Amino acid sequence: MELSVKILRYNPEKDSKPYFQEYKVPGVAEDWRLLDVLHEIKWKLDGTLTFRRSCAHGVCGSDGIKVNGKNRLACSILLKDLNYKKTITIEPLPAMPIIKDLVVDMTSFFQKYEVIKPYLITKTPPPPDVERFQTNEDAEKLFESAKCILCGCCTTSCPSTWTNDNYIGPAALLKTYRFVFDTRDEAPDERLDIIDNPDGIWRCHTIFNCIETCPKEINITWHISQLKTRLATREF
Amino acid sequence: MIKTYDVVIIGAGGAGLRAAVEIPKEYSCAVISKVFPPRSHTGTAQGGVCAALGNMEEDSWENHAFDTVKGSDYLGDQDAIEVMCQDAVRAIIELEHMGMPFSRNEDGKIAQRKFGGHTKPADPADPYGKRIPVMRACYSADRTGHVMLQTLYENCIKNQVSFFSEYFVTQLLVENGACSGVVAMDISTGEIHTFHAKAVVFATGGYGRAFQITSNAHVGTGDGTNLVYRAGLPLEDMEFFQFHPTGLWRLGILVSEAARGEGGILKNKDGERFMQRYAPTVMDLAPRDMVSRAIITEIREGKGIRGSDGTDYVLLDVSHLGKKVIDEKLPEITGFARTYLGVEPTKEPIPIQPTAHYAMGGIPTDIDGRVLANEKGDIVKGFYAAGECACVSVHGGNRLGTNSLLDIIIFGRRSGKAVAEFIKTADYSPLPKDTEEQTRKEIEALKTSTGKESILNIRTELQVMMMNKCGVFRNEKELKEGIEELKQLKERYKNISIQDKGNIFNTDLMEAIELGNLLDSAEATLYSAENRHESRGAHTREDYTNRDDENWMKHTFITKGNGSEPKITYKPVVITRYKPMERKY
Repeated sequence: MELSVKILRYNPEKDSKPYFQEYKVPGVAEDWRLLDVLHEIKWKLDGTLTFRRSCAHGVCGSDGIKVNGKNRLACSILLKDLNYKKTITIEPLPAMPIIKDLVVDMTSFFQKYEVIKPYLITKTPPPPDVERFQTNEDAEKLFESAKCILCGCCTTSCPSTWTNDNYIGPAALLKTYRFVFDTRDEAPDERLDIIDNPDGIWRCHTIFNCIETCPKEINITWHISQLKTRLATREF
Repeated sequence: MIKTYDVVIIGAGGAGLRAAVEIPKEYSCAVISKVFPPRSHTGTAQGGVCAALGNMEEDSWENHAFDTVKGSDYLGDQDAIEVMCQDAVRAIIELEHMGMPFSRNEDGKIAQRKFGGHTKPADPADPYGKRIPVMRACYSADRTGHVMLQTLYENCIKNQVSFFSEYFVTQLLVENGACSGVVAMDISTGEIHTFHAKAVVFATGGYGRAFQITSNAHVGTGDGTNLVYRAGLPLEDMEFFQFHPTGLWRLGILVSEAARGEGGILKNKDGERFMQRYAPTVMDLAPRDMVSRAIITEIREGKGIRGSDGTDYVLLDVSHLGKKVIDEKLPEITGFARTYLGVEPTKEPIPIQPTAHYAMGGIPTDIDGRVLANEKGDIVKGFYAAGECACVSVHGGNRLGTNSLLDIIIFGRRSGKAVAEFIKTADYSPLPKDTEEQTRKEIEALKTSTGKESILNIRTELQVMMMNKCGVFRNEKELKEGIEELKQLKERYKNISIQDKGNIFNTDLMEAIELGNLLDSAEATLYSAENRHESRGAHTREDYTNRDDENWMKHTFITKGNGSEPKITYKPVVITRYKPMERKY
């Protein structure tokens, strides 16, 4: 079948502002990934179309884009899951500067991730020659948050991000959870202090866009709510 | 522009990041990667990383070493294998201390499960007698590589490592037996930079994208391997390329061996558990080379199932494990089956076929990551390699599942340590003249070419040829045909043109350069495969069906010919305590 796709194009070397270009892509099937369609365009119709991708099965987090208004991974969505009989609209992830076409500048996204000290902090030396003990129940409490692939779909889907560049965003908060609730970590207060401000966790207004968009189906708002409860009940 | 660092590491997967962690803070260290570090291919590893922790049952590092030697079909260097398996326990504990989240057993220790080729003696008094599967793979659900990569990245952030993300290395600077750095393009601007360094570490991954069906990410184009080959340095054992038996049908996406480790079984179209005929003792948990051969044999005998794309598959059944086990221990891979094939693994079997997965061969190194200049063991000063791009060799003819994640943390660390020691006293080797000229010329040539050949056609033909003529089964006729086809593809490559002529984020240009890298990696693989007249590990010759220890118990070293055929020499296999025996399971 032939598919109609409208893609937001922008090449700073040529264009003064972004514009939509429409492609008719022949020979596609409904079990194709949207990434396959992008490749089909790039390899057969227009070599200048630019996008990021790597693993092509939803693990590396490279190909976050906006599809018909919703942030998704191009490799994790099949045509049959879209209304492919109508033109599909593809744009770069919102709220980040465009470098070229679907490639956005993720510098601020990674900076916000680094702010929350995304590494295990311990003060007590680990037991020599053996692992730190942790129950499987406690370990599994971390797995949902550790699933995050840092694709940026959640943070850029959040209206609080759109209206305030300084908002730390759901991805960084999810990573905060990953360490605050790790029974091995000994700096939960340090991290809670970092997010306990108006541009931190309190700018989350439980709008749920992050959950809706997360390609790994992580209940991000639940994790944020656990942090909020922890903040509200902590004693000094 | 010239940037100067004590150490430059190319590649931000597990090996590169583990090496970076090892560089003391008083030295400057840059990690260059063509993708953001957490996008690296290490993150797609699923099932586990092995070490004989003995958390679930009695085990020993010697058992692990024996399995690795046997799994390698006796081509692995036993001194390196002993180093790896003996250090594995410490390395896993260290990762846990670094913060890696693991699944846990009832005692709160790291949980372990079964994996292909990992065994122990059924009777401890008879170490070389009958062997049974052992729980040795340490895991974090089926996202072990993902959390390992994240943990190492996190530790690099903690250590304030300098990253050059989305920089693409185009040249290795080696002159007079010494390495002085690399040339790289900043992808986002197209600017060319020279990185002058006392020591360079290559951790550039594999080249699975040379094959039609592969589990490898699009970035797996053998960039580092090829830069070494082009610099006139040898590559080792390139004929040994692993096909993982269980790739998702049509797509090649990895379905971890953990599925079988947890009790999943392979079935042919008659519903028969065919592995009991090929490996009666360990059955579905035989090493990957054997299972892949078994699957192709079943298919050739008409016992596969014909898919809508005209290819044949067999079935991986996990439905009997129950929803709880599947959701807790195999959530990711069963999710892939649902998303991409619409198959519900709790109720129906998953269609699978072998997928090109892992390069056992690569840049020859010693056990401290030092790159070898030749088969005699001379060293290239200031040049190191680790991970899939390297060949130590611990995997020999066939890598055991979970040994790749182990390889990257053991030899990534050892390379980092060796580099840290080297730079204490080393000076910068002088840069060659006009370092960036070659890269500028190549890029200019690609941008101005008006040739009629397309990247897509040449790449697709290469991938189909490698799959059909240099796949699970090989023979002289097809390998020679493959070599001829490759020569033509390389000629045609000279006439490719690209549409994107710009400087900023030019992925058209990158794909063209990557295709050049794939063609050379394929050349080294084809010639090495044609040359080895025996069957060993993943290299199965239909015209030389037996392993021939008398003539072929040696490593292939292939060097690019100067306008002629590549040159092949050999290096003996290091044998310590494990005498070669027939490899049966």
